Amino acid sequence: MFLQQLINGIALGSTYALIALGYTMVYGIITLINFAHGEIFMVGAFVGLLLVSVLKLNIFLAMAGSMAFCMIMGVVIEFIAYRPLRKSSRLSALISAIGVSIFLSSLAMMVFGANAKGFPSEAFPARQLHIGNADISTLQLLIIGVSALLMLALEFIVQKTKIGKAMRATSEDYNTAALMGINVNFVISFTFALGSALAAAGGVLVGLLFNSVSFNMGLMAGLKAFAAAVLGGIGSIPGAMLGGLLLGVAEVFGVAIGYSSYRDAIAFAILVLVLLVRPTGLLGRKILKKV
Amino acid sequence: MLNNLVNSIDPYLLQILVNIGIGIILALGLNIITGLTGQLSLGHAAFMSVGAFTGALLTIKLGLPFYLTILLSGSITAVVAALIGWPILRLSGDYLAICTLGFAEIVKVVFLNLDITNKALGLTVPLPPSFLPMPIIVLIVVVLAIIASAFIQNSRFGRALMAIRDDEIAAESMGINIARYKVQSFAVSAFLAGIGGCLYGHFLGYINPSDFGFLKSIDMLSMIVLGGLGSVPGAVFGASILSAAPEFLRFMSQYRMLVYGALLVFLMVFRPNGLLGGVNFTDLVLRKLGVKPHLATHKQEGQ
Repeated sequence: MFLQQLINGIALGSTYALIALGYTMVYGIITLINFAHGEIFMVGAFVGLLLVSVLKLNIFLAMAGSMAFCMIMGVVIEFIAYRPLRKSSRLSALISAIGVSIFLSSLAMMVFGANAKGFPSEAFPARQLHIGNADISTLQLLIIGVSALLMLALEFIVQKTKIGKAMRATSEDYNTAALMGINVNFVISFTFALGSALAAAGGVLVGLLFNSVSFNMGLMAGLKAFAAAVLGGIGSIPGAMLGGLLLGVAEVFGVAIGYSSYRDAIAFAILVLVLLVRPTGLLGRKILKKV
Repeated sequence: MLNNLVNSIDPYLLQILVNIGIGIILALGLNIITGLTGQLSLGHAAFMSVGAFTGALLTIKLGLPFYLTILLSGSITAVVAALIGWPILRLSGDYLAICTLGFAEIVKVVFLNLDITNKALGLTVPLPPSFLPMPIIVLIVVVLAIIASAFIQNSRFGRALMAIRDDEIAAESMGINIARYKVQSFAVSAFLAGIGGCLYGHFLGYINPSDFGFLKSIDMLSMIVLGGLGSVPGAVFGASILSAAPEFLRFMSQYRMLVYGALLVFLMVFRPNGLLGGVNFTDLVLRKLGVKPHLATHKQEGQ
């Protein structure tokens, strides 16, 4: 029972972590809460669904296609809605992000309708495995495996490549990085592309997990993933992974011990409690006050 | 006589006007904590919700006179906000924002599970005993809220709040008790949100905890950012536009929210400081009267 719930929690949590990574990377570089990120996740799910059901693609190809599509979308959104606002107040950029989010979700509702859609059952024929007394679906293993793989790839890009170094430098100090000859605009676009690709993968995985894709799935998932990013310490990549997993596991266990009607509050209650003890999240750096 | 006057207005137009009025009250409330004090709140709908349910329960269970209900729901909301604000206002910037968002979600889910708020079914609110028609009451509250906001902005209290917004460390070294002022402005802000919620519930006749979700908080925030942060006429203007926009865009039917979203992006890109950013109400009046206003430069929220 415990093992079963733990696996459920980790599967859910890794999808939160995938979305949270996008929030945390964008925040780390331009301190913008990208509220449109949840909608990118939703669009990713829809594109994956279309590729699977209309073009009859294999689920992995569909996921790759959806990631590529959302990469472009993320870059375009940044270019249109955030880049002109980079020098102005942060709240203006926030409202712009909210505008994008409203735009995308209503566009999705117009195009795909208000009803939730499911993946065709042959998209990923899940089987049940019995390990001990736990029933684990191969779908859950797929979700955990793909998420882990993507996070490792991200860690590799950020830590070992030249562009990753540029990303870290930009998030450390935007102006100095620009002075050192780093093309900051490119770094920001690249960050949006990476974050959006992860969100798209998360969207396809969540669509498979709950077998439901709808125009408003981005809102709650986005808010919870944002909570996960803040819980881990916003701006910190390992923090987002840790925060996502923690919230997913906590949510599943909360539901399992009978608080299912409080499901959506669990993540936020944990967040508030943790912030009261550690005001910058679990792995967040202490904010220095400069006089 | 007032009843006749109100009845002579087209009911549809009246409804839009009352919505604008309630929007103005809410925007002025949020403007105090986010515009003046510079603390981003993403959960103001929760205070609206607390005010709406307090007001509804006071009317249903106790049948208090309406003006008393309004005052009480505002005050109770302010107390709730002070209790919540005391621990979380220590957090800085975006950590505070996500905390308010978290609290709003928690309040919503708790109200969805309480018996007294009738769980997910929501409450039907009867028309309260009052000798003034509802739209007139809203109008009076709007006028009072505008006057109060203008006074706050030009008082010692308001200047302290703006000092905190512009530079916390400098404000602290000038002897401003940051924690106290933040909690106070949070409470004042919630007071208006509670009153707005109470009016909203009684005007609509039905409230449901799900009505006061994240999107409602975002609505309020859009109003003040669009109008211009920290500016009373800005808040009034932003609230009027955004409350009326869904009605004016109604002819586009299904494209309405699409256009609304695109409009927010475009307005922000072309007017990043809001439509009336940095405009001060009393300065405007003084200038009209030919008096040279003291030139306080308003730095917008930022670094």
